[in-house]
Amino acid sequence: MQAAIILFPGSNREQDVHDALKRATGKEPLRVWHRDSDLPKADLIVIPGGFSYGDYLRCGAMAAHSPIMREVKARAETGTPVLGICNGFQIVTEAGLLPGVLLVNRTLRFHCKDVHLRVETSQSVYTRRYNAGQVIRVPVAHHDGNYFADKDTLDRLEGEGLVAFRYCRSDGEIDDDANANGSARAIAGILNEKRNVLGLMPHPEDATDPLLGSTDGQGFFASLAEALA
Amino acid sequence: MTVIDPPATLDQARQFGLSEDEFKRACRIMGRTPNFTELGIFSVMWSEHCSYKSSKVWLKKLPTTGARVICGPGENAGVIDIGDGDAAIFKMESHNHPSFIEPYQGAATGVGGILRDVFTMGARPIANLNALRFGSPAHPKTRHLVDGVVRGIGGYGNCVGVPTVGGECNFHPSYNGNILVNAMTVGLARSSRIFYSAAAGPGNPVIYVGAKTGRDGIHGATMASAEFSEDSESKRPTVQVGDPFTEKLLIEACLELMESDAIVAIQDMGAAGLTSSSVEMAGKGGLGIELDLDRVPTRETAMSPYEIMLSESQERMLMILKPERAELARRIFEKWELDFAVIGRVTDSGRLVLTMHGQTVADMPVGPLVTEAPLYERPWTPAPALPGLAAKGVAAREPIAALKQLVACPDLASKRWIWEQYDHLVMGHTVQRPGGDAAVVRLPGRKKALALATDCTPRYCAADPKRGGAQAVAENWRNITAVGATPLAITDNMNFGNPERPEIMGQFAQSIEGMREACLALDYPVVSGNVSLYNETNGSGILPTPVIGGVGLIDDAAKAVTLAFKRAGEIVVAIGETTGWLGQSLYLRELLGREDGSPPPVDLKAERRNGDFVRAQILAGAVTSCHDVSDGGLLIALAEMAMAGGIGATVAAPQDQPAHGFWFGEDQARYVVTCRAADALLQAAQKANVPARVVGKTGGDALTLAGGNAISVAELKHLNEAWLPAYMAQ
Repeated sequence: MQAAIILFPGSNREQDVHDALKRATGKEPLRVWHRDSDLPKADLIVIPGGFSYGDYLRCGAMAAHSPIMREVKARAETGTPVLGICNGFQIVTEAGLLPGVLLVNRTLRFHCKDVHLRVETSQSVYTRRYNAGQVIRVPVAHHDGNYFADKDTLDRLEGEGLVAFRYCRSDGEIDDDANANGSARAIAGILNEKRNVLGLMPHPEDATDPLLGSTDGQGFFASLAEALA
Repeated sequence: MTVIDPPATLDQARQFGLSEDEFKRACRIMGRTPNFTELGIFSVMWSEHCSYKSSKVWLKKLPTTGARVICGPGENAGVIDIGDGDAAIFKMESHNHPSFIEPYQGAATGVGGILRDVFTMGARPIANLNALRFGSPAHPKTRHLVDGVVRGIGGYGNCVGVPTVGGECNFHPSYNGNILVNAMTVGLARSSRIFYSAAAGPGNPVIYVGAKTGRDGIHGATMASAEFSEDSESKRPTVQVGDPFTEKLLIEACLELMESDAIVAIQDMGAAGLTSSSVEMAGKGGLGIELDLDRVPTRETAMSPYEIMLSESQERMLMILKPERAELARRIFEKWELDFAVIGRVTDSGRLVLTMHGQTVADMPVGPLVTEAPLYERPWTPAPALPGLAAKGVAAREPIAALKQLVACPDLASKRWIWEQYDHLVMGHTVQRPGGDAAVVRLPGRKKALALATDCTPRYCAADPKRGGAQAVAENWRNITAVGATPLAITDNMNFGNPERPEIMGQFAQSIEGMREACLALDYPVVSGNVSLYNETNGSGILPTPVIGGVGLIDDAAKAVTLAFKRAGEIVVAIGETTGWLGQSLYLRELLGREDGSPPPVDLKAERRNGDFVRAQILAGAVTSCHDVSDGGLLIALAEMAMAGGIGATVAAPQDQPAHGFWFGEDQARYVVTCRAADALLQAAQKANVPARVVGKTGGDALTLAGGNAISVAELKHLNEAWLPAYMAQ
């Protein structure tokens, strides 16, 4: 599997996802500077975490209008998997690849900590190695991760099984305390209708090495390696 | 050459913080009276902040060399050899005065400045730490300052993508009017690719890169060299404004350029901006510099030479390049959308010559600006010796009740609320997160890791500066040791009051003496540092606070241990001698409202012996957890291990000494370790002449005193975690 990681000025978790992909696939991901006009052929496009353009406007808003995003959108429409993590999730929602928006955390503060996620569907190239209902522990690190969409959109996401991850307690129960950023219906990650675009706030890439506290994110990258081999 | 502008006056010099003698000295060096711009340059170069004029004679006493030291104090940061051709580059720096006036920007730009000091030398920053001191929680400003400082550090560090992995935070009324914000950055470089600041090659172009110059921060270095009074709020315009996004681009652009051979010398524009960077580069190279100020990128119109030279606008660097590589450099900086301007050239005149609008606006000798800066041997008086306190003479409280109060006191309460606002995981190498004795950060592509910690116990330093100085170094060494790493070198951040007062100068001098002894005994040289004096408001100074930032190395990150109890049924062993020393303890302060007695003695031989023993046991896999014993004493250490592991323990004090002294005394050179069977460990300790005593066994869900009271781990956690969030929510 060949992955391409898109770099914007201010991206800063590209190395983390690079390392996780390399560990899972054995193959060096490509790095693509946002001003490079040609997007190389890739089996997976990744938009990593960070603070693109400093997030001085709305998070992800500037990067979403970068020329390379037109190409990313075109690839997504032809079915290429596009993964947006954290700032990448903000960018793909701003670019219209996924519905909704990420608001400031309800605490109005940045949070970096491990959270529990319930895998809501194994029906995607990102989650096929997990079981639906499985609880995993991975870190979050964001200031604006409070997912919001109107009621109809949320109903549709749930009805079509497009919610990929929710914040939960360690026993898998959804409750308000476990939903630190205040996301609507505890949503941590969603898929598009074609199920090839995934956006999520947490960082499975930082939970793939036994020395770093959790390996629960390995299934995520193993899923991709298996599906896109 | 005719220099424009009328001569400056003594009154102007005084406003700039220069004394009459210093003004006369400047006139003598110039051979005439300097003009306004030149006087401004003298005043910032000779400010306490830039010249170290009160501290230099003492700083020279610190040991700065060692087998691992590649570059000691004097450059942008210290450099040590960590094997395999790798070098760790690190430094700590204060941003105290600005953070009190404008906490968010003050703290943010503190982080930005120290990052630049490190990547200037060719290192990719891989970890940030900080040491924070705030006033009493009851003081009306404290909550606002904590909030702003934490947001500022997070706002900057999170955006640049460097993990903030550790630090410390204390509260004391002596900081009510002068908080301390000390930030440390650690970077990683190839030891063959270190970049220095000495200018070379007359004719080589002088390049300005980064952000544009504005009117912010003018005379920031001078402000940081004076006491505060009621009107310190009016100094807000001297605080700079940070832009972490530009910093991130600057890091990437500089590191990309450093892959080539283009750079002759490089220096960040920190305190005193373009002035100190150009003067220091020329001074170190024994050369001169000519700058055309019309070419300096500015973001405001009609800036005067004085404003351009003294601006402390952030995210700017000065470089001297090989002429044939200037185009390559320009392309890299343009890719990263940063300003790039050739603003001058290196000369062999030994003079700093500034031109603007075709006129010479300053012309001054570089050498004397640096070498003839005033140097003071200020008078000092030693701190009066305080008596020891025997535990027998100190009121005894029931230990579990005392523990409950101590784990929830501001200095011991969990600082999770702070460090969860810092991205401590980005870059994907944080093996041990904040909350332990030392952070452990693995090096990319390697098995080895660095262990990092910051430490100081200011109440010890106030009571006995020499002992306190030694203790700060020893505790830092112990924290690095407690994870299994070998301590290699330190950076120091000396925060004190007004050095013109002999008792304050005495605190400084004696702290240095204590640090010196500890550094020598522990082979722990000082490779970089920063001095922050005049931390006083209306004549009332802070507790002396010499903060130590330490770096250690462990060859295999997988061998590092944490403080958490790992499983039930393990033996808990206290290493080191417990005499029950309660002088200056938190027990005394928090339970009895007393801040008296002498602080615990620091036996550096025992420190070394006990630490070397513990480290060897960790690396041999003989212990399953380890924690140093410091603030609060043994029972606090045990409670912290139980809370971290979510496992209780049953522990017992010996019959032959007062229980409150045993549990809450703050004797130094101690650790708590756990192991599956104690016999081998105790035998090895005896052989090494290291005191070791079984104090209990892990298990259950409570911390239980044998034959006494107990407290559940859940309640301990609640007490320990609740204070700071509840305080900040008020």
